[in-house]
Amino acid sequence: MPTENAPASMYRSTEGLGVWEHRAKVVAVGIGHSPTARRWDETTDTSLGAWSILALRKAIEDAGVSPDQVDGLVMAQETSTGSPWPAGQPIPEDFLKTYQSTDNPLDGIARLSSEWILKNMPELTNVKYTQYGPGCMSNALVVAAQAVGEGLTDVCLVLKGWHNFGGRYYVGQQGRDENTAEGAAKWSSLWGTVACYTTAMQFEAYCRKYGKNHDMMAPFVVNEKRNGLLFPEGFWAQHRPETLTVEDYLAARWIAKPANLFDNDIPIMASGAYLFTTPERAKDMKQKPVYILNHASDRTRLRSFGPTLEEAEAATDSTGRKIYEGAGINPSDLSFENMYDGFTLFHQFHLEGIRFAGVQRGEALDFYQTDISIEGPNPASPSGGNAGSGRTRFWMHTDSIQQLQGRAGARQIRKPAEIGVSGGPTPTGGNFTVWSATPD
Amino acid sequence: MPKQSPVPDDLDKPFWDAANEERLVVQNCRACNRLQHPPQSTCSECNSADNLEWQEMSGRGRIYSYGVMYDCPVITLAVDQPFNIAVVELEEDPGIKMLSHLPGTPVDQVPVGASVQVEFESTPATGQKVPEWRVVG
Repeated sequence: MPTENAPASMYRSTEGLGVWEHRAKVVAVGIGHSPTARRWDETTDTSLGAWSILALRKAIEDAGVSPDQVDGLVMAQETSTGSPWPAGQPIPEDFLKTYQSTDNPLDGIARLSSEWILKNMPELTNVKYTQYGPGCMSNALVVAAQAVGEGLTDVCLVLKGWHNFGGRYYVGQQGRDENTAEGAAKWSSLWGTVACYTTAMQFEAYCRKYGKNHDMMAPFVVNEKRNGLLFPEGFWAQHRPETLTVEDYLAARWIAKPANLFDNDIPIMASGAYLFTTPERAKDMKQKPVYILNHASDRTRLRSFGPTLEEAEAATDSTGRKIYEGAGINPSDLSFENMYDGFTLFHQFHLEGIRFAGVQRGEALDFYQTDISIEGPNPASPSGGNAGSGRTRFWMHTDSIQQLQGRAGARQIRKPAEIGVSGGPTPTGGNFTVWSATPD
Repeated sequence: MPKQSPVPDDLDKPFWDAANEERLVVQNCRACNRLQHPPQSTCSECNSADNLEWQEMSGRGRIYSYGVMYDCPVITLAVDQPFNIAVVELEEDPGIKMLSHLPGTPVDQVPVGASVQVEFESTPATGQKVPEWRVVG
């Protein structure tokens, strides 16, 4: 039976649901990452498929289970937001010889199906549950958490892979090099919008509403880059260990003012995987279990072509309420926050929505001027997020698990890591997970 | 600025036909008495397709926010960088928003909150007109 997208019933997307019925009955144990690359070099062993298999095998090994114990796989099929395989370009022969194909010739190259994974990981002999959490790891995680909670799977792998090919992301693609526009482009790119435009526009409205300015973002972005360089699994740490200063940030060229180069993330290739299970099964596994206290989702229906400041604030306020209601905790219980940052200019919507460190609406940029480092009392985005390690949208989850397992290495926050929250991507359409070092 | 020509489809043809007549129309759900834009096949509130109609707007609005494009992915517009992209909200319903290059407004000197009036601009490829907005008053 083909794998399908998770039904709406698996998401906790409305307020008033009470404490999550599976609170602390699902745990994350294993983590696996592939290497990273800026772009695919078209060799088989660095392909999206190869690296996704590698990440899964590492997660299995990290958890200390045998592959035949795995009985579930939740993943996203989509592996890019703007890098299509060039039309007419043949798939490299060696890739086709190495891996078993599915009906879609781009499987393992520019998309990823559960069928492709299972065909090419023969050691997964016992997978009986497969499901897609479309789009991002954040989505797949909440689906996996719900699936384990409901008993649909006991030992579940969660996977997200990213590919990136040659050429500039988005540029010249999707009809942007043509003289006509079709589909959704008629309402946005007709005017020349770039991906970060909507966020830039929201941020302009935010600054005007609260009397802030773009320069105030500098400490946050510098901190993101610093944390990223402490993340050995990430792109910048592996390939370009470049420190960013406040001066660098303030001098960066604009992309869509008030969004500059460093407010955008860099598209990369990488795959990440986790292993979820029940607390009982985790007793026999290798790593300390991290308990999932809740998951929450936002499904804001926008009035017009893109979210406004008001819609972003309403959505993240609601997300904050859902997160705390379902987890049975308060903002003061959070040791750290790992909300999404790609684009950096909407991190404050998330942060204010969850009232991290008591930050209220309009106060996040002032908060950024305080000690938000991993050494300080209020570690903001200790993962460094996409800004710190490249566009995967999963660093914040890896970091959250590692922080609570006490194996975040140089990124380990100095205060005790007890409860954290991660999720994204956008303020008006994300999925969020609350993690805890203990079930209490 | 030489925009791409939008290619109408079955869903949005009335919008673009009206633009060619220099009229601004927006979808309205009779059942919900609610405008929506961009056009959709059903009402985003009640999900009904039966009550959607096209309603003519006054063509007046105000500037909600803006950004300045410095790295535009649309090849035909990149030569004019940097340029404004403002978000305009309609007088009839501020929830309905449209984009504009704000012809006549200097780059990065966008008067947020100012009143604007629609005008229609021909696009080079097909001659299809598109709504644009100009600061008034």
